[in-house]
Amino acid sequence: MTAISVAGLVKTFGTTRALDGLDLTVRAGEVHGFLGPNGAGKSTTIRIMLGLLRRDGGRVTVLGGDPWRDAVSLHRRLAYVPGDVNLWPNLSGGEAIDLFGALRGGLDRRRRDELLERFDLDPTKKCRTYSKGNRQKVALVAAFASDVELYILDEPTSGLDPLMEAVFQDHVRQLRDAGRTVLLSSHVMAEVEALCDRVSIIRSGRTVESGTLAELRHLTRTPMTVETERPVDGLADLPGVYAVSVEGTTTRFEVESGTLDPVLRHLTEFGVRSLTSTPPTLEELFLRHYGDDLTTSEAARPVAAGVR
Amino acid sequence: MNGFTGTLRLTRLAIRRDRVKLLVWAVAVPGIGATIMQSVAGLYPTEQDRISYAITSAASVVARAFNGPASGPSLGAVVTAETYTSLAVLAALLSTFAVVRHTRQNEETGRSELLGSAVVGRHAPLSAALLATAGANLVSGVLLALVFVGGDLPLSGSVAFAAAIAGIGISFAAIAAVAAQISGTSRGANGIAAASVGAAFLLRAAGYAWGDVSADGLRVISAWPSWLSPLGWANQVRPFDGNRWWVFALTAGFSAAAVGVAFLLTTRRDLGSGLLAVRRGPATAAPGLLSPLGLAWRLQRGVLLGWAIGIAVMGLAMGSVGNEMESFVGESAQAAELIVQLGGTDQLVDAFLGVVMAMFALAVAGYATQAVLRLRGEEALGTLEGLLATVVSRPRWLLGHLLCAGLGTVGLLALAGASTGLGYGLVAGDIGHELGRMTVAGLVQAPGALVLAGLVVVFFGLLPRWSVALAWSALLLCVLLGQLGALLDLPQPVLNISPFTHLPAVPAADPTVTPLVVLSLVAVALAGAGLALFRRRDLALG
Repeated sequence: MTAISVAGLVKTFGTTRALDGLDLTVRAGEVHGFLGPNGAGKSTTIRIMLGLLRRDGGRVTVLGGDPWRDAVSLHRRLAYVPGDVNLWPNLSGGEAIDLFGALRGGLDRRRRDELLERFDLDPTKKCRTYSKGNRQKVALVAAFASDVELYILDEPTSGLDPLMEAVFQDHVRQLRDAGRTVLLSSHVMAEVEALCDRVSIIRSGRTVESGTLAELRHLTRTPMTVETERPVDGLADLPGVYAVSVEGTTTRFEVESGTLDPVLRHLTEFGVRSLTSTPPTLEELFLRHYGDDLTTSEAARPVAAGVR
Repeated sequence: MNGFTGTLRLTRLAIRRDRVKLLVWAVAVPGIGATIMQSVAGLYPTEQDRISYAITSAASVVARAFNGPASGPSLGAVVTAETYTSLAVLAALLSTFAVVRHTRQNEETGRSELLGSAVVGRHAPLSAALLATAGANLVSGVLLALVFVGGDLPLSGSVAFAAAIAGIGISFAAIAAVAAQISGTSRGANGIAAASVGAAFLLRAAGYAWGDVSADGLRVISAWPSWLSPLGWANQVRPFDGNRWWVFALTAGFSAAAVGVAFLLTTRRDLGSGLLAVRRGPATAAPGLLSPLGLAWRLQRGVLLGWAIGIAVMGLAMGSVGNEMESFVGESAQAAELIVQLGGTDQLVDAFLGVVMAMFALAVAGYATQAVLRLRGEEALGTLEGLLATVVSRPRWLLGHLLCAGLGTVGLLALAGASTGLGYGLVAGDIGHELGRMTVAGLVQAPGALVLAGLVVVFFGLLPRWSVALAWSALLLCVLLGQLGALLDLPQPVLNISPFTHLPAVPAADPTVTPLVVLSLVAVALAGAGLALFRRRDLALG
């Protein structure tokens, strides 16, 4: 069962090609991380999924429907928190929450009040006086208090403090436990690592990696440090080994995941005293795609890790 | 570093940000002055004409309240009476908005937080706003004086008049400086300052309405209330009729005191906060808000209420001068001719009321434009993004706003007719008859404004980013065709571009059904086309 299926999505604004054949699959019931640098096309993709923008090419299915043609009936089944929450300055926060709830087909009042308390939001303040974080809370309360199948959250926590971040993560977990689907676009790597079952990384309007965190790690090299009794040599000749540096009995290198076995066999000849392997964090995986020029790096090709 | 460090840099920034607005300001004030001066010189060419003008306006309470005191028979005095109110109110409002824009609005948007962290003194933002605004008033004042001198008015009177207008701008800039400290929002600050313009206007109007007419019947001596009003002081200068320069000491003293208070308040409050606490709202929404139409009404009702108050006051005033038209115009053959030419009947009062209704039609078209442009406002603000991600369809959202705008337009024109009818009925002693026929006269004008509203929907559907500029340009074109068409003898096909050309000048002419039906159908077709275009396009966000 897929909740969102995007294939070869193209969107141009004038001469700018904002989306250039983007692919994305979100399975029903999963929390899917949607990552990419600013301007990569995350919000554009989301707006196409909501029928706010028209696609120029490719295929998009949301909850089994066409987001442009079936916009209204699909919106009954989803809730959206925009990246830039804009509210009507002369409405109070409580009014804005109720309005979004009603226009989404009703909201759970008990849940609404509970969320207000947990997010520590004063609903009597006028929206013009809210900070960015508080405007996000309004949109989050309205979304979480709605009983829908799919939650599309575009950088929902960029203005929240760590305490509220924890409340947010707690609620996303509750949604997953209840079998709901969440698409979470985010720059907060710890949040994505903590919440997401699978992630897609996009760049310049294309998907560069997609999979579970373990799968993504599998596609890249793991940096290792080994202490041996005798200085290591011949390591660089083995397949899948890169960036070898030997300093006396300490050797640092990087190794592709699939070629670890022969490397370990080679190392034992030198008398291994200790071995540390630090699998790349999501942040490092991500920075790798930030740092490189897309034209020189293919999606799954292991690249020199200049990030340490 | 002291409290004023960085003032000059911020002044340059303010001028840079407002360069287009300031240019329009500097041109508009002398432009209006020049236009009215020309028309006054044409209408009252001889001293005899101007003596009758002065006597009639000194005798008329309404003329005294709106135009200020008659000040003798010189051409300059007549030009002063005819231009003063519009230029004074314009200068007051432009100055108010400019000061608030560069003080409270900067705080509201968080720009001044960034500026305040740089090498900028506590008093610099307010000083810069006041300097830029005072500069704009001085430049437009100098240009106004030059225009008058170029029109062969005496130098001293021209300078006194221009200085009086600039002084009004500066006084209200100082009032706005205080308002920006009191209110925590730019909307609130503009509201306080605009209300003070209104209060100053009323004090001045009351002072002259209750004033005494001098023995020769050519001058009005004000009662005390107008001495309390910055708008009144400028009249007390009596440009072209004595030029009492000492009155400027009042303007200067008042402005300095208000600015002093504003600076004092600046030191007493935190950045971003006002002296008035921001009002709170309800914690839950009333059921009436919870639909696209309910939301549209909530967002539109404030603007509509403001227009309704303005229209009702103007209608009463216009209606109540109706009776004076005979004597007012009777003195000047050209004025009578002009009214008849515009209104197309020799029934002078009906011709006048027809012209008044045509003016209301254009004014309410301004409301219609503003109300329909709320569509673009919601889109540019970004609130539309969240709304259309709910179960609200594009047509349902758009039609909610159009319904408010359409009913508002029809309602305002009915109100314009009714209040004019009430005003005229009161002085003519036949309220029932006048109220009824003038309400019809107002309603007859509605299709013209609705065609313009429909056109704005098309602009919104087709070129959202250009829709604001296009919408106001279309209205301006209609105003120009209506005002200048007859004077410039433009060919009929050109005049026919404006929907207002096709409206019958009720009550001077009989209502004709065909143009009203055709215009209404055109309005509906335009709105439908605009909706179809909007359904097919991307949202143009941000």
